[in-house]
Amino acid sequence: MSATLQPKSPGRRRFLAETARVAGGCAVAGSLLAYVARDARALPAEALRPPGAMPETDFLSACIRCGLCVRDCPYDTLKLAELGEDDPATGTPYFTARDVPCEMCDDIPCVAACPTGALDPGLKTIDDARMGTAVLVDQENCLNFLGLRCDVCYRVCPVIDEAITLETSHNARSGKHAIFAPTVHADHCTGCGLCEKSCVLPDAAIKVLPIRLARGSSADHYRKGWEEKERKGAPLVEGIIDLPDRMPAPAGAAPEATGGFEPAFKLPGGAQ
Amino acid sequence: MSAKTRLPVGQEAIRIKGWFGAHRYLILRRLSQSFFLGLFLLGPWFGIWWVVGTLAGSRTFEVLPLTDPLVLLQSIAAGHLPELTALVGAIIVLAVYALIGGRVYCSWVCPINPVTDAAHWLHERLGLQKGWQPKRSARLWVLGTVVVVSALNGTIAWELVNPVTILHRGLVFGMGFAWVVVAAVFLFDLLVSRRGWCSHICPVGAFYGLVGTKSVVRVSAANRVSCDDCMDCYAVCPENHVISPALKGKPGDTPVILSPDCTNCGRCIDVCAVDVFAFTHRFDPRVSETAKPAVDAPSEYAA
Repeated sequence: MSATLQPKSPGRRRFLAETARVAGGCAVAGSLLAYVARDARALPAEALRPPGAMPETDFLSACIRCGLCVRDCPYDTLKLAELGEDDPATGTPYFTARDVPCEMCDDIPCVAACPTGALDPGLKTIDDARMGTAVLVDQENCLNFLGLRCDVCYRVCPVIDEAITLETSHNARSGKHAIFAPTVHADHCTGCGLCEKSCVLPDAAIKVLPIRLARGSSADHYRKGWEEKERKGAPLVEGIIDLPDRMPAPAGAAPEATGGFEPAFKLPGGAQ
Repeated sequence: MSAKTRLPVGQEAIRIKGWFGAHRYLILRRLSQSFFLGLFLLGPWFGIWWVVGTLAGSRTFEVLPLTDPLVLLQSIAAGHLPELTALVGAIIVLAVYALIGGRVYCSWVCPINPVTDAAHWLHERLGLQKGWQPKRSARLWVLGTVVVVSALNGTIAWELVNPVTILHRGLVFGMGFAWVVVAAVFLFDLLVSRRGWCSHICPVGAFYGLVGTKSVVRVSAANRVSCDDCMDCYAVCPENHVISPALKGKPGDTPVILSPDCTNCGRCIDVCAVDVFAFTHRFDPRVSETAKPAVDAPSEYAA
């Protein structure tokens, strides 16, 4: 109690009041800044980061917005987000596949130009880049799915026959033709966007999306039985009895001879 | 108050030294600011790629990396360990400004300086009140806040709003709405707070001030015996609290302006009719013993 009875010096009181005021001001300003920073994290789906870009939250801690990757991009693919006009965090590099896709230079000059490692210098082969993943988003308008042979996305793909293949199936509409479905294999797709750029439709039926939107993920504990079995080279559970398959016997043959069994009852008017 | 203090600022110096003599460092500063901006614009405007990048990070003649150390500090605070190129670039910048004066960046390089100088010119012209004047230490608090927000948020926070790099990047890469930020700074300095941005708020200036705490290149009031108290240096100085310790120092006190807030802009040298100030180094204790003969105000200025 004695401490409170001692007179406080006006200088000390003023110091504390001023410190509290400026600290309060900084807390308010800092909160606003933090809010703006949170907001800036929402990267729109059309905006793709350059090859080797760290995951978005890490990228925003590493990219100093110098623009060297933009300058060294020989195809003018990359641009810096302009304040208030482009959606990515202001000053950060991005590209829009439908405008100018990434041409996947072998020497990856944008990564070489990055002074901070926001574009990972560990990316040595452009085929390992994962800027996004192409998704055939509109099967109803895709010409190939309609039964035509457009094939443009497949033809322009720099990783043709690996990142995009044409999977044939029966064309039920015509009844006698095939459908050549462009099919993306995410293991090989770099997200360069050449397919989206080249799609002949007014709005592309195949689009490169950020991987977080394009893909699901398998749960860690899932095991595919057939893969496990192949890896082991034997049934996973030992001593399991493999019963013979019940196959209908061909007409006239004894069921036991074919490994099949006689049906338990016969349908009225059945052939057998 | 002598008749001279009522004269327009710098009038006496213009009369004695001529207009160019009384604006020497101002002109040199504008040339310097244009030069550094021009280096970055040579590429996009004329295809001469000597300097590539922005003030945040650049590459000169394909070999010399330069990085803004405050941006990199925020990046490190946000949890990213930068590659060697950026670190080397930041160390070079730190070394240079530690030598020539941290806030030389503010007055000789920063593209916002002409904006706030223009706001101050208009402010004086309109005879406005000085308005809100936060303490000089406020910018250090802002600097701390910026680093803390970067660390907590994991982003380079200040670069989202920094008018310096937003304007520079805007000029070199495309403005977008960058001019809104520039206009905001101009209006803040004009209407809210005289010399508010550069001298009270900007954490970039605060950072460079810390960098140049022990810098070598300094202004000295070596000829302080000649001072006739016209107050013109106080009127033009954006950080005029730095002048008194040197100018009004007792015999034996150093005449060198040692405050890290001094931006080495040289305007005090320009406007001083009796040449009290001069650029020198921080270890230069020389003080003139005899005053220059006082210059009488011409009769038309007499009260």
